[in-house]
Amino acid sequence: MEGGEGMRLPLPEREVMTPGHLACQGCGAALTMRLALKALGPRTVLSIPACCWSVIDGPFPHSTVNVPLFHTAFETAASTASGIRAAFEILGKEDVNVVAWAGDGGTYDIGIQALSGAAERNDNIIYICYDNEAYMNTGIQRSAATPLGAWTTTTPVKHPKSEPKKDMVSILAAHRIPYIATATIAYPEDLVRKLERAKETKGTKFILILSPCPPGWKTRPEDTVKLSRLAVQSRVFPLLEIENGEKWILNMNIKKPVPVVEYLKPQGRFRHLKEEDIQRIQEYVDKEWERILKRCGLA
Amino acid sequence: MRKVLMGNHALSYGATLSRVQVIAAYPITPQTQVVELLSEIVADGKLKAKFIRVESEHSAMAACIGASAAGARAFTATSAQGLALMHEMLHWAVGARTPIVLGNINRAMAPPWTIWTEQNDSLSQRDTGWMQVYCQNNQEVLDSVIQAYKVSERVLLPTMIVLDAFVLSHTYEVVDIPEQEKVDEYLPPYNPPYRLDPDEPHAFGGLTGPDGYFELRYIIEKAMEESREVWRETGKEFGEVFGREYGLTEEYKTGDAEFLIVASATIASTARVAVDVMREKGKKVGLLRIRVIRPFPFDEVRECLKGRKKVLVIDRNVSFGFGGIFYQEVKSAMYNEEHRPPIFGIITGLGGRDVRVEDIMEMVEDVERREKPEDIIWKGVRV
Repeated sequence: MEGGEGMRLPLPEREVMTPGHLACQGCGAALTMRLALKALGPRTVLSIPACCWSVIDGPFPHSTVNVPLFHTAFETAASTASGIRAAFEILGKEDVNVVAWAGDGGTYDIGIQALSGAAERNDNIIYICYDNEAYMNTGIQRSAATPLGAWTTTTPVKHPKSEPKKDMVSILAAHRIPYIATATIAYPEDLVRKLERAKETKGTKFILILSPCPPGWKTRPEDTVKLSRLAVQSRVFPLLEIENGEKWILNMNIKKPVPVVEYLKPQGRFRHLKEEDIQRIQEYVDKEWERILKRCGLA
Repeated sequence: MRKVLMGNHALSYGATLSRVQVIAAYPITPQTQVVELLSEIVADGKLKAKFIRVESEHSAMAACIGASAAGARAFTATSAQGLALMHEMLHWAVGARTPIVLGNINRAMAPPWTIWTEQNDSLSQRDTGWMQVYCQNNQEVLDSVIQAYKVSERVLLPTMIVLDAFVLSHTYEVVDIPEQEKVDEYLPPYNPPYRLDPDEPHAFGGLTGPDGYFELRYIIEKAMEESREVWRETGKEFGEVFGREYGLTEEYKTGDAEFLIVASATIASTARVAVDVMREKGKKVGLLRIRVIRPFPFDEVRECLKGRKKVLVIDRNVSFGFGGIFYQEVKSAMYNEEHRPPIFGIITGLGGRDVRVEDIMEMVEDVERREKPEDIIWKGVRV
């Protein structure tokens, strides 16, 4: 495996999340939560807006996460978390991780204002976006996180998404928050290390975790981890850390990338793409990679 | 200590004396001084609280809900467009049973842009499950914040303290500021039965189907009903501790009154003067001020209206396609009563148009001339 220093730590043995969640088979978001809670530990409070996880955690009065969870409105993951953090500060409960846990719709689209507000104030919260690249809970509608060329129910095959994915990482970097990272479940040690670092950093932390969605991506449940790895190995989803919006670190410099087509092919949401469309996506990924290398001082 | 305070600062002092712990607010005219003073008080270390300078009113309410759910006493203030933007979260605060107190300066809704007083902003939120207190003077504004926390934290429902833009918000009056020790004695610290606590993890507000949601709504209505007695009790207790007693309603010279005026907020203060003037001329007029509209004071209204010859309800608001909102509510409260007086509804003073003593006297004369009530009578509109 090519890679940086992020790969050394073993995974914590503890399991905070309990069995019984309601996610679909092969749900990337469920694995993401399991790993995140391993890293964050039981002294964690979650603010969860409308997203798949509003359902995955289980119906009232059940809950699978085994940490306090506040279900909140779609656009308020960050602002609710800011309020929880303020309360804990005034009540002297400094040892609790306050986590906003939102999907891409609640982060890239409807929740961006509250997230930007919290980031600008540098509120001491960890904002985790599990990114399945569309509104999956409502039945696969396009979000600003949906990648170029993808099918969704609102970008039908005759008119697949013609815009690239919004660059959320750069938007957050422009807020100069102390810590930003991207991660996938294919590299759990890297994911856990990044969350442990977020835990120890004061201020706003933003963690973007790619979370494949078998029903939405039209993929096989058993391919979720494989696709997460292919996303990294094809340079579609670079593993990054950004300190104070300025210091960009590429955790895995993929010297010999897998062609993007290898990542797209197993996914039904890209089945309609013609060779020239795939070529266009490959060119876009190449261009983005160059941009990232430059920012990381590796160009 | 007596101090000359504007209505907005009465809200700030009320929140400070209540020892609020988290304030999240966004500026809007004519509310801004409320949070300006609070941010100063917090910055000076005179109040141990966190002040979150949020980027919108929607986030202000979301942050208050998060703070309240985590066990802190939360406060915010807003007006008109800001309150409307909060609407989704106003429902959330009720469903989540977070006893937040919000100061709302009654300002008319745009367009056209306007900043003057009208009750449509808060009355549009009437059905969210917030308790609503309409204040007539700055003393009542300060006192109501303290009382509201006491009631809200007992029944786990939020309260909106409402005051008229400029007529109260920017008007300076002498206000008695109670001693902190007395307030502490009256208002114990916030100690909710459930909170976000890693030592006792619960999920709050998880998906609930038709087999459970119905009962949760029933419980909210029961809490609202219970709150009526809590408002009465704590209002009486307030009188014992601070020498100023508050009810859900307030009566003025109603004893032998044949003609009863029903009003709220500062129009009620003006109507009180009008009652005195008309009484001097021998008219048997009285005033019922509705202070709390949610929970609706059914008993007080029914008891007071019984046996009157005529009742006039004055509204500084309009529910388009129906009429004055206080009028509708008072009328419907009387429908099943055996002895129903004729009830007339007048809409006046929209968008902050001045309502003077002589205007109220003219309204009374107008209603005296009429035989039958009409659904909407307009006063002062130039058409």
